[in-house]
Amino acid sequence: MKSFFRMSYPYILWIAVFIVAPMVMILLYALTRGGNNTLTFHFTLENFGRFFSDPDFMRVLWTSLRIAFITTVCCILIGYPAALFIANLSERKQTLMILLMTLPMWINMLLKTYAWRGILMNFDDMGSEIKVFIGMVYDFLPYMIIQIHTAIAKLDPNLLVAASDLGANRWKAFAKVTLPLSVPGIISGVTLVFLPAVSSFVIPKLLGGGNYVLIGTLIENYFLVAGDWNFGSAISLIMALIIIAAMYITRKIDRGAEE
Amino acid sequence: MSETTLTRKREHHFFRSGYLILVLLFIYLPIAYVMLFSFNDSKSMIKFSGFSLRWYEEMINNPDMLESLKYTVIIAVIATVCSTVIGTIAAIGISKARKLIRTIILEVNNLPVLNPDIVTAIGLMLLFLSMKVRRSIVTLTLAHITFCIPYVILSVLPKLRQLDDNVAEAAMDLGATPWKALIKVILPQIYPAILSGALIAFSMSFDDFVISYFTAGMDVQNISMYVYSMKRFNPAVNALSAVIVIVVTVILVLANLIPYLRNKKMNKEEQ
Repeated sequence: MKSFFRMSYPYILWIAVFIVAPMVMILLYALTRGGNNTLTFHFTLENFGRFFSDPDFMRVLWTSLRIAFITTVCCILIGYPAALFIANLSERKQTLMILLMTLPMWINMLLKTYAWRGILMNFDDMGSEIKVFIGMVYDFLPYMIIQIHTAIAKLDPNLLVAASDLGANRWKAFAKVTLPLSVPGIISGVTLVFLPAVSSFVIPKLLGGGNYVLIGTLIENYFLVAGDWNFGSAISLIMALIIIAAMYITRKIDRGAEE
Repeated sequence: MSETTLTRKREHHFFRSGYLILVLLFIYLPIAYVMLFSFNDSKSMIKFSGFSLRWYEEMINNPDMLESLKYTVIIAVIATVCSTVIGTIAAIGISKARKLIRTIILEVNNLPVLNPDIVTAIGLMLLFLSMKVRRSIVTLTLAHITFCIPYVILSVLPKLRQLDDNVAEAAMDLGATPWKALIKVILPQIYPAILSGALIAFSMSFDDFVISYFTAGMDVQNISMYVYSMKRFNPAVNALSAVIVIVVTVILVLANLIPYLRNKKMNKEEQ
């Protein structure tokens, strides 16, 4: 059986080239000044200083985090009951419901966002922030539902029978059995919602009008408009670090819940 | 069962179905809206002024739009096949690795999942540019394979770890080669996980905008890039969306119906 380990060698090579090397490149650019050539690097921390000393940049960072957080909470609040109710259906109906929920995920995000723009044109007086939330929750909700449903569907139904035999009513059985055991599903749902939401810039741009400069927009501008790869890399690195820290904390909470 | 519990059960059932219907309505609202307005005879996205097929005509006569659709499909198919094969092989390898090595590989594997798309995108862009590789459909496809593999692994690995190692061991004790044990014992057990990994990979690739935007260069455009780069809203996009919706629906229904019909037929033959 140990010999099967060798099957991971090609992938180890792949991740070295396409995952590790690009991260090293970002790090290198973030820590250096413009005008690098292949042999000389001017190491500096000024890219980071520039970001953290500018209140405008800090405001953009805060808005991005806030929007992603609210989107994630909405997805859990709307998605959890949906996932739970689906898991209670007969097996055939479950397959059908999951198919119905996943189908729109196959349709291009930009196309769906344009569709929302059309719909929301009917509500002129609606605030642009609400519009952004509708678009974001819409885009990410199916991911959350599927992750939570997978976790709940895996549960042994005998656990609930045992809980009710031991005198728990339906709510108590839910709170003590289903909910704690579905936390891993919520966590993987959060992974699929919060992370892309923080850096999302297409939906805020299309639905929020010009009011929303988010961190993703900032990075796009520094790479493709300003051509300042060093500062752009520094912003990306800051964002990546914040997100990885957030995920680390979430996973710690998850482990705590399992114990 | 007493009458009150029955009524309560029915009420509960009613609430459940109602909630699911509401969620489905929310999920299908923009799709229905786009389909409706793809038949509009004016440019408006608010007022439906009459039925026409002019946007479908416009779509067929728009080579850029059709080409972006073609590229999107080709890239998604290649990325799905490659990432499913590489990812499944890797997952089997990782499941047999020592704990430390497994943890390290998985942490790195998780990077494209945890990292925002835009970070993965600029990392790959910097890699290609500094290696002096011209950005093209090749770099675009490599990028797609790279961000799809982790999802395949995340889908397959948990299933692998649930497997009872003894079954494969038993097969080998009975004279199966490791290769045969893999094909006959391990793969059939993880097949559903591989399939769902492949489905995620396909939809990730099909849907991607950000990574494509940074790694494709000037000569290729997928649908997302095409829509993003459009100066003005073009209702022919509604027609394109409607076509994609229909095609996706047919494919998914067939993919779900064929195994079902096959099972039914087999059951009948057994009887």
